[in-house]
Amino acid sequence: MTTMLENVWVIPAIPFATFWGILFFGKRLPHKGAELGIGALSLCFALSLVTGAAWIDRVDNPPVSDHTTEQATEHATGGSEIDGTEHAQVAGGDSGTGIGVLGAAAIEEAEEHIAVDAVVQQWTWWQNGGIEFTVGTMVDGLTAMMLLVVTVVSLLVHIYSTDYVGGDRRYTHFFAFLSLFSASMLMLVMAENTLQMIVGWELVGLCSFVLIGHWWEEKPNSDAALKAFLTNRVGDIGMLIGVITLFFAANQTWSIVEINSMANAGQISHTALLVASLCLTAAVMSKSGQFFLHTWLPDAMAGPTPVSALIHAATMVVAGVFMVARLYGVFWDGFSIGTSNINVLAVVGGFTTIVGGVLAFVQADIKKVLAYSTISQLGYMVMALGVGAWTAGLFHLFTHAFFKACLFLGSGSVSHAVHSFDMVKDMGGMRKWMPHTFRTFMIGSIALAGIPPLAGFWSKDEILAGASQLGGGGDGYPVVLVMGFITAGLTAAYMTRCVYLTFFGEYRGHTPVEKLHESGPRITLPLWILAGLAIVAGLANLPGDSIVPDGWALRFEHFVEPTGAYFPAISHPHFSGLTALVSIAVAGLGVAIGYAFYFRQLGPHGLTQRSTVAKAGYTFLENRYYLDHLYTGVIAGGTKGPIARAAYWTNQNIIDGIVNGVGISARRIGLWVYDKIDQGIVDGTVNGLGLGAGAGGEVLRETQTGRVQQYASVLFGSTLVLALVIALVIV
Amino acid sequence: MLLNQFLVLSAVLFCTGVYGVIARRNGVLVLMSVELILNAVNINFVAFAYWHGDVSGQVFALFVITVAAAEVGIGLAIVLLIYRNRSSIDLGQMEQLRG
Repeated sequence: MTTMLENVWVIPAIPFATFWGILFFGKRLPHKGAELGIGALSLCFALSLVTGAAWIDRVDNPPVSDHTTEQATEHATGGSEIDGTEHAQVAGGDSGTGIGVLGAAAIEEAEEHIAVDAVVQQWTWWQNGGIEFTVGTMVDGLTAMMLLVVTVVSLLVHIYSTDYVGGDRRYTHFFAFLSLFSASMLMLVMAENTLQMIVGWELVGLCSFVLIGHWWEEKPNSDAALKAFLTNRVGDIGMLIGVITLFFAANQTWSIVEINSMANAGQISHTALLVASLCLTAAVMSKSGQFFLHTWLPDAMAGPTPVSALIHAATMVVAGVFMVARLYGVFWDGFSIGTSNINVLAVVGGFTTIVGGVLAFVQADIKKVLAYSTISQLGYMVMALGVGAWTAGLFHLFTHAFFKACLFLGSGSVSHAVHSFDMVKDMGGMRKWMPHTFRTFMIGSIALAGIPPLAGFWSKDEILAGASQLGGGGDGYPVVLVMGFITAGLTAAYMTRCVYLTFFGEYRGHTPVEKLHESGPRITLPLWILAGLAIVAGLANLPGDSIVPDGWALRFEHFVEPTGAYFPAISHPHFSGLTALVSIAVAGLGVAIGYAFYFRQLGPHGLTQRSTVAKAGYTFLENRYYLDHLYTGVIAGGTKGPIARAAYWTNQNIIDGIVNGVGISARRIGLWVYDKIDQGIVDGTVNGLGLGAGAGGEVLRETQTGRVQQYASVLFGSTLVLALVIALVIV
Repeated sequence: MLLNQFLVLSAVLFCTGVYGVIARRNGVLVLMSVELILNAVNINFVAFAYWHGDVSGQVFALFVITVAAAEVGIGLAIVLLIYRNRSSIDLGQMEQLRG
């Protein structure tokens, strides 16, 4: 079992291999490459199940005794397992009173919380100046959970896509990139160091760019893809700066475990952690669609619906949430999450949930409703992490993945029948023709709206409980708590509107009624599986405090939440009947208002036509708070004009001037060199040498008479002179 | 015995040889004059060797005689070939190597 924990790298390796396989051989296969993708993801899913089981086994039987030998053998085989000190967090054990009862509880608690460290495998990639760059895998509960979510959703999306994009001109290409997308996300969630995380992060961004722009022949689609990519670049700068800050702050290490451990042990200065957290928050804002960098996310609906489901449920957008969860030690200390009552992360999340929820009301496009709903729900997750409810945030990620994937695939199924995404113009009354889609969509909506006992209720309630109970002095985070409650009502209401417009009322579409029909089994099967998961996923973390048997309660917290030294000592909210009741009441109110307004036609209909204030508000929302105008018109337009003019001026005057000047002076220098140096000096030297040699020869030839006796007389004469010189001068 | 007498004899022979080499036109006579010069040198070698009581000068003289014999052999052969080609051994007409 532990072999899987140590060799978890094969999981991303499989879809990565099929990516190339599909690209090169996909078109020759009988199913155009889809079978490779589905096979790979099935295998990954099975392996993720094994990994999950292995992790559960490890938590239940923590490796206490054998960890030294294990470490030794690991070193021998080339890998290395970082096993920090096993430490037991004894909660309440130091209170000193009531030894009889509390002591027993403390012992039980201690057994429960024996630290189980992540299984880390690392290999040196290269060394440079004493810094080791490693690649590796890190498996803990978080990774195992993410593996399962990603592989389940991705597998179902693969199956769904075989019908949905069947016959598409780039069918094979589509499946290839689905594989790469899954591989990137799987690599991201098991990243051992921050550099590897960035690689996965960027790959996910790249794949979403490719898939959003799948139908790039139409300009809006390629624009949307570019927008997604470029908006993400903004946050990626934050990611890079944050990671580099952490690298230097944490004694030059990229290792996530070490960075977190040092942050928890207080070995990194608070300022450095704050700077890094702020930079990383920018990355989360772009990747996870937080206000005000969320604008790319609704536009990303230009991609095929299965891609939207994959992006919104399991991959792309949850990468940001995952990153915060992974580097939680940094955020915990950086934002003083445990001791403050308001911080950047919580406010960003809280604000985003309301912003997204409000915008979902004015959308006519069913996918855009879901997109803004995703923004809103991601806001919940970020908010949960911001208030310190780590488990609640990740649990919401877990449940949200299932019901949001279900809703997206359901909307795709409807649009498959009516050939449009416009709820107002082309849908209505679809429940008559599409019973399966209708039922699964209803289940997803109820789960999203937070009606018990479906999944969304449990996770959302935990977040709200966290927001009300955690923080400094146990006073909670009052501002974001209010935001959370408002959004709970908004969510219920806009989902009621969405369901009404799509499935109830009169059919308003243009496709002939006879042609409306339920989608095929390859679409309805994934829908039902996801709907089933949306019902039962909430059971994974039923509240504790003896409401349900201990063996059933808080399983998610028990297995997913890390307990090693690399995870901060967070506290957990208790189940609060009041919070749950208020949240149910608010959600119920939302549904009731939606029901009354849409189903019963009560309330001020046509208000937006009559009242200028309401109309202004509606226009404001329809234009998405004018954020897009701000970005493209004011910021981009305001910078690109002057920049272009300045660039033109620079080009004409400076660059051209330099080039022309260089050209002219080069020509002048060339002429001068030809005239003076080449013709004058070089040729002059050569000719002069020749002439001189000729003249010298003319003079010297006179001495060469050819008469031997003359030579002899010269010889003797010279000898005489030499003899005289020797005799007179030297002797 | 006086060394001077030998040196004077040697000098007279040497000057006679030089005069012959420079002034005579006959190639054979020029070669003979060269022999005179060489023998003047030999006399000097032998005289000084005797005077110093050292035989190396006499050995040197023997070497000079040997080399002179070879030189005369080659020289006479050259003169003979010149005569065959030009029917004359007048060195005054030998100026084909003029520059």
